[in-house]
Amino acid sequence: MRRLGAFGRFWWSFVVGDDWRAAAGVVLAIGSTAALVAGGLDAWWLMPVSVAGILTLSLRRELR
Amino acid sequence: MTAAFLVASAFLASGVEFVEALTIVLASGITRGWRSSLAGLAAATVALAAIVAALGPALTLVPIDVLRLVVGGLLLAFGLQWLRKAILRASGYKALHDEDAIFARETADARGAAHEERAGLDWYGFTLSFKGVLLEGLEVAFIVLTFGSTQGSIGLAALGAGIALVLVAVVGVLVRAPLARVPENTMKFAVGVMLTTFGTFWATEGAGAHWPGDDAALPVVLAFVVALSFAAVAMLRRQRPAYA
Repeated sequence: MRRLGAFGRFWWSFVVGDDWRAAAGVVLAIGSTAALVAGGLDAWWLMPVSVAGILTLSLRRELR
Repeated sequence: MTAAFLVASAFLASGVEFVEALTIVLASGITRGWRSSLAGLAAATVALAAIVAALGPALTLVPIDVLRLVVGGLLLAFGLQWLRKAILRASGYKALHDEDAIFARETADARGAAHEERAGLDWYGFTLSFKGVLLEGLEVAFIVLTFGSTQGSIGLAALGAGIALVLVAVVGVLVRAPLARVPENTMKFAVGVMLTTFGTFWATEGAGAHWPGDDAALPVVLAFVVALSFAAVAMLRRQRPAYA
C-alpha cells in the first residue's frame, strides 16, 4: 500500500508538479474546447489563449 | 518539418535528462566505486527498456484522437511546469541549474554515507546510480513514447533520444566530469517551449477542434509560445528590481 502511494505521488509530482491549479486549468481548457466543439464552434483558438492565461497566473502565484 | 521538429524535441529533452543522469553516475562512480555505479546504470537501463517495450506497443492500440487528447493534456501540464521554471530562471527569480554544484553536493553526500555491501556491490553507490538513471530515464521514456505515438513515429522520437544518449555518453567518458558547459538552462527553456507547443497542438486536436492549415499551424503555435515566454521573461526582468 505504501509503495502504491509512493508510485502515485511520483506520477503526481512528475505530471502535475507544485502547481495543481495550472494542471486543473489545462483540464478545464480541454473540457471547454471539447464542449464548444460539441456545440458546433471550432474553438481551436481557446487552447492558446488558455495557455497564456494559465502561465501568467502560475508565474504570479510563484512570485507572490 | 514535423519530423525534424519531433527529432529535435526528443533530442533536446533527452539530452537534458542524460546530462543530469551522467552527473549522478559520475558522483556515484568516483566516490563509491565504478562497479556499483555502472551496475546501477545497467539495472536502470534494463528496467527502462522493459517499461518502453511494454508501453510502446500498447500505446499504438489506443485510438489517435484519444491519444492526442490524453497525451496533449499530459504534455501541456508537464510542459507548463518546465516553462514556468525556465522563465523564472531566465528572469533571475530562480537559481540557474548548475551541474558542478549538483555534482559537488552528490559527491559530498556519497562520501558521507555508510558502506553497506549487498550482492558484492556497494549498496549506496548502486541505488544512487540506479535511482538517478531510472528517474531521469523515465522522463525520457515519457517524452519519447508520448511524442512518438501521437505523431505516429516512436522510431523518430527514439532516434532523437538515441543521438542524445550517444553524444552525452561519449563526451562523459572523454571528460569524466559533469557536463557543466552544456547550455543546460537554454536547453531546458527550449524543451519547455516544445512540450507546451506540442501539448497545445495535440490537446486542441484531441478535443475535436481543427487547426487552420492543419499541421502547418504547428510552427505558428511554436512562434506564439516563444513570443509568450520571451514577453514573460522581459516583463519579469523589468519587475525584478522592485522585488530585490
